[in-house]
Amino acid sequence: MMQPGMPGTTLAADAPAPAVRLPRRRGIEFSLLVVAVLLSVYGYCAVGLAKNGTVPPGAAGYGAGLGVLALLAHIAVRLRAPYADPLLLPIAVLLNGLGLVLIYRLDLETPGDAAAPTQLIWSTLGVALFIAAVLLLRDHRVLQRYTYVSVVAALLLLVLPILFPAVNGARIWIRVAGFSIQPGEFAKVLLAVFFAGYLAANRNALAYSGRRVWKFKRLQLPTGRVLGPIVTIWLLSVGVLVLERDLGTSLLFFGLFVILLYVATGRTGWIAVGLLLACVGAVAVGWLEPHVHSRVQDWLHPFASIEAGQGPNQLSQSLFAFAAGGMLGTGLGLGHSILIGFATKSDFILATAGEELGLIGLSAVFLLYALLVERGYRAGLALRDPFGRLLAVGLASIVALQVFVIAGGVTGLIPLTGMAMPFLAQGGSSVVTNWIIVALLIRISDSARSQYDGTAAP
Amino acid sequence: MTPYIRKAAALCAVLLLALLVNVTRVQVFQSRSYDDNPANRRGAIARYGQPRGDIVVGGRAVTGSEDTREQLRYERTYTNGPLYAPVTGFASQLYGTTFLEHTEDDILSGADPMLAPLPLWNDVTRTLNPGGKVVTTLNAAAQQAAYKGLGSRKGAVAAIEPATGKILALVSTPSYDPAELSGTDSAVKQAWARLNGDTNKPMLNRAIRQTYPPGSTFKVVTAAAALDAGVVTDLDAPTRSPDPYRLPGTRTLLTNEFDDCKDASLRYAFEWSCNTVFAKLGVDVGLDGMARTAANFGFNNRKLKIPFSVAPSNFDTKLDNAQLALSSIGQFDTRATPLQMAMISAAVAGGGSVKAPYLVERTTTKGGGTVSTTGSSTLHEAMSPSTSMRLRELMTDVVEEGTGARAAIRGATVGGKSGTAQHGIDNSGMPYAWFISWAQADDAMEPAVAVAVVVEDAAARRGAISGGGDAGPIAKAVMEAVLGF
Repeated sequence: MMQPGMPGTTLAADAPAPAVRLPRRRGIEFSLLVVAVLLSVYGYCAVGLAKNGTVPPGAAGYGAGLGVLALLAHIAVRLRAPYADPLLLPIAVLLNGLGLVLIYRLDLETPGDAAAPTQLIWSTLGVALFIAAVLLLRDHRVLQRYTYVSVVAALLLLVLPILFPAVNGARIWIRVAGFSIQPGEFAKVLLAVFFAGYLAANRNALAYSGRRVWKFKRLQLPTGRVLGPIVTIWLLSVGVLVLERDLGTSLLFFGLFVILLYVATGRTGWIAVGLLLACVGAVAVGWLEPHVHSRVQDWLHPFASIEAGQGPNQLSQSLFAFAAGGMLGTGLGLGHSILIGFATKSDFILATAGEELGLIGLSAVFLLYALLVERGYRAGLALRDPFGRLLAVGLASIVALQVFVIAGGVTGLIPLTGMAMPFLAQGGSSVVTNWIIVALLIRISDSARSQYDGTAAP
Repeated sequence: MTPYIRKAAALCAVLLLALLVNVTRVQVFQSRSYDDNPANRRGAIARYGQPRGDIVVGGRAVTGSEDTREQLRYERTYTNGPLYAPVTGFASQLYGTTFLEHTEDDILSGADPMLAPLPLWNDVTRTLNPGGKVVTTLNAAAQQAAYKGLGSRKGAVAAIEPATGKILALVSTPSYDPAELSGTDSAVKQAWARLNGDTNKPMLNRAIRQTYPPGSTFKVVTAAAALDAGVVTDLDAPTRSPDPYRLPGTRTLLTNEFDDCKDASLRYAFEWSCNTVFAKLGVDVGLDGMARTAANFGFNNRKLKIPFSVAPSNFDTKLDNAQLALSSIGQFDTRATPLQMAMISAAVAGGGSVKAPYLVERTTTKGGGTVSTTGSSTLHEAMSPSTSMRLRELMTDVVEEGTGARAAIRGATVGGKSGTAQHGIDNSGMPYAWFISWAQADDAMEPAVAVAVVVEDAAARRGAISGGGDAGPIAKAVMEAVLGF
């Protein structure tokens, strides 16, 4: 992306960069979007051919719908974020398209419970919000003004589901007019805005003030005045989550908090404290919560229920699905991941990808996420304002942590916590949130890449 | 801030690496053990995901596959299910497989690597081949005749081609429809419970899995032993046997159904089934000789498979002389499957050698390419050829002049031996009616069929029960079917 002759270190440093206009690369974005839509339609057709021997009747409509959404998003980017990173939008479209294919594919196994049309509606809403965000939000730094509004809104959203009945053991949903909404999903973005805004404002205080612990400089405890609010808010959010039994999101917030604190202050001590807190928290929650305790037991002994004669649990079914895929996969539509049962389309959607696309396809999906995260980080690196940098890192980290937590969970790497695979999993709130995340990253990367023309404020 | 962002990015890269390493572990290194976990339903789904190969009788499939579009997709169907149930067995999603469905499962399900054009290719793709076919040796007409002949009575028929050991008919009644056990719904469970609870045991394969006292039909074995041992050299010479015969070492007197058995010749005794003569002959031959001959005919063979296993027929090898006398007329602990009795008849017809009975002619791929064939093989030489010639004569006499008259067929030479076996405490049970026979068309070089029929009880006809009367006509019908008359 860099012009020849421009030293790479210039971009990375905090110093102002020379006024150079980077290429817009909108044509590349368009080409990649075409590829993403065609790949999704190809997958949709492959499912129909494998299951029924015919191209599914909705293939043209699906392709047209996805294409129109992608085109509108592309036009919005062209109009208002012409310098934005050309990879972000195509990756989002491809992942969302693949998610729709996988859900449609699983719908065929569960007649009477079609989730793909609903998911398409939510995706449309997500893209609409993406377009709105790209068009209306002219500068990401505006968000810094709403640091405290964000946190209040986030906490409200987190508390809201407590008033609604629990679904499958977790109080994280609210039901409105037949639609289930997971407000915690939106809270992620708001918390990222808050963390970024707060840490950008207070990072020097956090890094350089306060008493020293242990006499030498490695660990220095900031003053309570600086640290207090952030820890309070963090504890609140995590506390709410424990009450709601949504441990995946809890883990995500925790990771997000630690990463941003580290990036803002540069103190390795934060990582150590974070890990220590994580261990204490994990043990305490595991001890207090039978729900979590059983998850850990399942993780340690995935086949215990089989040996006990009670049949395979979801995790072992998930492992069976991944194993059945092997290196090459069974092919779209030809696997049996539906055996996982409940949550096949949501938390366990990756098992379908693993079984039907194999290790090769799954690795490609992981690399798409990695690329998305990497582009987010890159936008953060290229930016000069601390708020923008932290926000970019925060948003990218949300995606990275979320993918790791759920993918690690369903493949037996870490204990399983309920969470949605970004873009792939069934879940309206999740899709909408992820489109907003991508919109913000587009906005940030546009600022990062256009600032070199000298017009942007320092 | 920049270096910290870079380090945070590096952390994300580490997380990605951990994910990739872990999925490689699951999908490549441990996949086989996950695949083989018995709780993994994918094996069953793959197995029922394609139509099962067919079992063929007389060029026609007697099985089929029905697409249910359920998870275990293809269900087994049967044409004439009850007729062929003792051969096909069932293939049930819930209760597994039996008989040919069981022993030929690899061919039928497509798992047999020999079905693939390139056997190693299956190891790579881990897929099933299209299900192959199992071509049986059965004669559809003979099978039908036997089943029709038994009708509503309890019993079994086994028919063999003497020269090869091919099984031409294998029938057991009452029977059941294996199709009732195909599938996964509650009706299958109900059928299973009903069939298992039925006192008539419809799922029992009486032709090969049930042993009966063979009664007088066992006299063929005793006669063979006596002739081979030289105890009798002239079929028409008096045997110097008393009537009634006192069992050695006891005060029990053995009597006959018919008169004139005192000192009767072997020919007369065989024709009219003199208990006294054969009891004495067995004792005269001795335990060793009797046991050896019985074993050569196939008794006490625990390994016989056709290809599913056959219940061993029993001739005790530790007996006192009274027990030996009773055993020699097919009573006491002597027990035989109908298939065993058909093998005896076939040995007489076929020159003295007992051929290994077999039911699978060949197996083929779905397209008809031969995968394997079963050849004829000899289990034992049960008797000398001259003894078999003389036994043929004796058995022919039975049909022409004696108790087996109802099995006579115009245009063919028929040999037979009837039997009525007492059983139960103090012989209180309804006697079993037996008939074993063979037939050779007048213009044929060798006998075409040997058959054994047992009818468990011809209720309300006690006293009138005789093997020749009850079982003979069934045997005749089967033989006519094979001869094409």
